This record gives sequence, structure tokens and C-alpha cells, in this order.
Amino acid sequence: MTRKIAKPRSISRRRLLTTAGAGVAIAASPFRINLLRAEEANIKIGFPVPLTGPYGTEAQDQVRAGQLAVAQFNDAGGLNGRKAELVVRDDKLNPGEAATRTLELVEKEKVNFVVGSLSAAVQLAINNVTKERGVIFNSISQSDAINEAADFSRFTFHEALNPHLTSGAVGRYAFAKFGKRVAFLTADYAYGHEMVRGFLEVGKAFNVENLGDIRHPLGTSDFSTLLPRIQALKPDILCISNFGRDQQIVLKQATDFGVKKTTQIIAPLLSHASRVAAGPQAFDGVIGGCSFYWGIEDKFASTKAFNQAFSKMYDGKLPTDYGALGYGGVRTVLEAVKNAGSVDTDKVIAAMEALKYDYYKGPQYYRKCDHQSVQSVLVIKSKSTNMKNDADVFEVISTDEPNEANLRTCAELGHKA
Amino acid sequence: MAGLSFDLIALQLFAGLALGAIYVLFAIGLSLIFGMLTVVNFAHGAFYMVGAYVGLYMLMLGGNFWLCLVAVPVIVGLFGLAVERILIRPLYGRGIDYPLLLTFGLSYVMVELVRIAFGKTGYPFDTPEILQGAVNIGVGYFPLYRLFVIGATAVVLLGLWLFLEKTSFGLIIRAGARDPQIVRVLGVDVSKVWLIVFGIGTAIAGFAGLLAAPLQGVIPEMGGTILAEAFVVTVVGGMGSIGGAVLAGLLVGVVVSMTSLFAPEMAKVSIFALMAVVLIVRPQGFFGRAGLMS
Repeated sequence: MTRKIAKPRSISRRRLLTTAGAGVAIAASPFRINLLRAEEANIKIGFPVPLTGPYGTEAQDQVRAGQLAVAQFNDAGGLNGRKAELVVRDDKLNPGEAATRTLELVEKEKVNFVVGSLSAAVQLAINNVTKERGVIFNSISQSDAINEAADFSRFTFHEALNPHLTSGAVGRYAFAKFGKRVAFLTADYAYGHEMVRGFLEVGKAFNVENLGDIRHPLGTSDFSTLLPRIQALKPDILCISNFGRDQQIVLKQATDFGVKKTTQIIAPLLSHASRVAAGPQAFDGVIGGCSFYWGIEDKFASTKAFNQAFSKMYDGKLPTDYGALGYGGVRTVLEAVKNAGSVDTDKVIAAMEALKYDYYKGPQYYRKCDHQSVQSVLVIKSKSTNMKNDADVFEVISTDEPNEANLRTCAELGHKA
Repeated sequence: MAGLSFDLIALQLFAGLALGAIYVLFAIGLSLIFGMLTVVNFAHGAFYMVGAYVGLYMLMLGGNFWLCLVAVPVIVGLFGLAVERILIRPLYGRGIDYPLLLTFGLSYVMVELVRIAFGKTGYPFDTPEILQGAVNIGVGYFPLYRLFVIGATAVVLLGLWLFLEKTSFGLIIRAGARDPQIVRVLGVDVSKVWLIVFGIGTAIAGFAGLLAAPLQGVIPEMGGTILAEAFVVTVVGGMGSIGGAVLAGLLVGVVVSMTSLFAPEMAKVSIFALMAVVLIVRPQGFFGRAGLMS
């Protein structure tokens, strides 16, 4: 009942915000119609990511790798000599800010495509703008909602994993190995909620006992008051669904509190950049999922090529998971542009739907109904010993191969066949 | 959720006091500077962050944590002295909002400079080896390092109290806070007193930042979140009252902790709710002198 009431209201509020935002943007920018110049100008890709704030570390990697994809496209001659360009904006991890920046990118910068976002909530705000303006948006961060019929549009693509896929892979691995008593510590927003839902769904098959879901606000700097409670629950597994700086701090403090002595900590996603920023101690032994790890280069030639190109461009640095997404998100769009021979939205959509690609992590393709990239999920464990270099931080302990069966079905998502 | 035992509540209470100790340590410098100088130091969070980075830098150069405990407050305090002498002193006597705006802007400059020097990415800051791990405190296990922070806070408070109450310079500081005009007439150089108070306040902020680094790592924005909490503590305790800051800091810690136990989603809001209630019942805070802001 409440759901029925709540849903239309939230949509109309969103719409109101975007419309109001559009009005402001148009009023603020002088109309400059210059079709001739637009035709010859660079292919512009708008790139809104949270450069400042708790996910800043990851966002900077997204930009670096996105720049690499653009450089490769340009070095290969672009689209018949027409070059591409990345227009980066800071969305400050705030949906309102992201909507404004995206509008600005579309209206003022006249970008041809939008790639970006690093938040389940923010990408929906960006998607709302792009879908109304008819601009292709390739999201490079996790969300379940973006696949669902209510938020999806034919302009929406999703290069990143989604929480259902990720929590499924990690859950199947962990619940079989470490026990049935599971407690959750969750960032209180869409990403966290979607992850917990995913874990509980996959947990049904393992008869998992949910001891409780403790939620913390996004951007918490002290977890000391939440940890004693969790320890008192005596879980076999503590599932921590947060990201960025929250993840760094909570793992550090959970280690200090001795949680790891009795409990296996798992996280739906372990971020490479966070692991580096927090140090080996905090992450030691923690198991989680990821979309990419440079170490799979032994398995895939595309990974090796991507690693080499990235480290050549950035003084020997290796790419991270979210960096790889920035690369994949931009590269798929640009390859589609090349295949289509045009930046025309409809032609590029068709070209993206037709892609069967292997650019950095093995084979991938966009599922027709929801434009979700069907891809592998890596289950990784953080190391604290035998590290060969600064980037040698994880060990891949299991891989879910690309398989549509691991996604929710098109019908479940509300797409008509 | 079931399983509310006496031990858990006691441990939770203790966790609250430990968290409160961190609030106290951070708020005390803020309160000191406001009480003596009526300067609302919005750059306090930035000094805190600088403390953590100075510590980090010293460790990178091969120093040890114990050396940092002494050197960091000295370095940050000297930096505070320079800020007071060059930037804040010209603004005395111009109303409370001038230094407020100045320090607000200064905090942005400091954060940006650190971003340029050290990058936007955070750094790990390991807990000193000897203080790692958790110890049994009777009702459950608690991280040894947090116990150390409580102890360090107590030492700082004791030192500050002795300095202000038992030394003749402390007497001058207190007199200067009460009535700078008369103190000046008596032939005391008040500007020197204020300079030193500002230095002490920022030194404590830097010390707090260093102590916080092993708890949460180091990042340029680390002063931002705690500043809001510290202002709540100062307001609840009474602007300018050191005793008030201690009581309020511990109280805020316990309120956060107890809310976390029963309604974790509300923990962040609870401290502002507490502030609202205190302000309604007692607008000047626990031990605040009425009219200090006017």
C-alpha cells in the first residue's frame, strides 16, 4: 500500500527537480546555436564523478583510465580524424549536484555522450537527465535500480556490475564456507540496501540466519559504537556493505576491536584504491567481490594490454577496479561510435547493443533488455604477505563466469519481452 | 534484535566515553580559543588535519610515534602562532564575524595546500605496534589504542588545568579573558597572552589529529566532519567553558553510543537533537557565560 503511494510521488519529485534545474540552466546560458561548429568539434564525453568526498580516491582512477581510452581512440585516428575529448565534472557524490552538472554538460558543453558516476543513488539522478534529453549514458558504478524498467531507458547502459550480481557471487562463495549466522553492517543508502537484499536472496539457498542489519550514515568516521553490538551477536560472517572511505575506516576499526578473531568479514565489493589507502593490516583476510583486478592478466590478453597501456601513461601504475570501469565505459562508447561511423545517438545505441567485446577483463556484452553488461565477477581476498609490488594486494580465489542466469531476468525487472 | 545483556550495555557505555574523550580533546582547543579570545576558529579542523599529516610525514622520514606525540603539537602550535600573529591579530576589536570568516577561508586554503602536497588520496596510518590489539576490560574486549587515547586526553586536560589554575601566567590568561582592558592597564601585554593561547589551542588540535590518525587513517578532509561535532560539544558545554567542554564531550559520546545501540540510523542526528534540547532549556549551555557572543 505504502509502496503504491510512494512510488509515483518520488518520480514526480525527481521530474520536478530536473525540469526546474533545466529551466535554471537554460536561463543562465545564452542560447548559442552553432550547428556548423558543433559538427566539426571534438566528440565530447561528459564524465561526472565524485572527485571530492569519501569516494574521491576511486573517482580519480576512473578519470585516469577514461583518459586512456580517449587517448587510444585519438591515436588510432579517431572517427575519420575527428578526435574525442573527456569533459570531467565533480558531482560531489550528491544527486542534486550531479543532475545540475549533467544538465550543464548536455546544455552548455553539448556533450555527445555521458559516462560516469560512482554511487548507486547519483547515477539515477544523472540517468534521469540523460534519458529525458535523449543522451546515451553509460554508468560505471553499481546499481540494481538502473536495470529496472522504471529507471531504464534505451539511452541507458550499465558497464559496471550490479549489486545482485556481486552479492550473489560473494554470497555463494562465503555462505558455503564460513557459516550460516550472518550479521550486516550497511551504509544507509541505495547501494547498501541493494547489496543486503542480494545477499539475503542468495542466502536463502544456504539457510542463512540473518542476525540483524545495522545501518550507518554514508560518511561515518567512527564505528566504535556499532562494533560491540555486532560482536555481541556472535556472527560467523559479518557482511559490511559500504564503500570508499567508510570501508577503509570500518575495516581498520573492526580489526582494532578484534572482530576478525571470531568472524569472517566479507564485503560485496573490495575497492583496490581503498585497500591501498587503508593499508594491508585493515583489509587482511577480508573477502569480497570486484569487477576487475590487474592480476587476471595471466588469463586474458586484453587485461595485459590494458595494464601495459595504463602503466605506460601513468608512470608504472597499475589500473584499479573502478579505473577499469572508467576505461570500459568510455571505450565501449567510442568503439560503438567507430563501428557506427557516426555520433548519431540511434546508430550508436544499435552499435553498442551489437558489441561482443573483450577490452580489459575477458568477454562481455550488453544484454538487450536492460543494457546490463554481462560479465565475470571476481571473488578476491586481501593479502598482507608475499606482496610482489604496491599493487599486489588481492588474490583471486574464485570467478563467476559471465552468465545471464546470474542476473535477474528481464521479466523480473519489468521489461516486456 | 535480542541479546541485550548487562555486559553489552556496559561496554557500549564505555565505548561512548572513549568516543567522548576524542570529542573532548578536539573541542577543548576550540573552547579555549573562544573563551579567551572570542575567536570562533573555523580552521580548527584544518589544524587537526595538519597534525595528522605532520605525524605522517615524520613517520615517512623514519621518526617514531612517540616522538611525534611531542613534536607534532610543537610544530602545529608554532604554525598556530604564526597564523595568529600575521592573520588574526589585525582583526581584534572588529566583531566576532571577522576572524570567523578569516579562519573559515583559511581552512579551505590549508586543506587545498595539503591536497597539493600529499594528493587527494588518503594514507594508511598504522597503530603503533605496542598499542595494537584489544584487551579485556571486564565487560568485553576493547581496543588498547582507544584506552591510550583516553589516557592521553586525561593528561592533556590535567596539564591544561594545572597551567591555567596554578601558574602565574595562567592567572594572567584568565584575567585577560575576564577583562582585557584592566589587564592592559596593569601593564600586561595582552596581545602576547592571546598569541600564546592561540598557539596552545592549535597545538592541542594538532595533537588530537595525530591521535585520530591511527583510528581512521589520514585524508585532507578529515577535519571537516569532526568540526561539526566539536561545535556541538562547545555549544552544549557552554562557549568558552573548558569544564563544560569536558562534560559535554563525554555526554555527546555516550548519547551517540546509546543511540547506536537502539537506533543506529539516528546516531548522527542524536547529537544535534541533544544540542537543540540543551539550547531550549539552557541557551548558554552547561557552564557558558551569558552574553559572551554579543
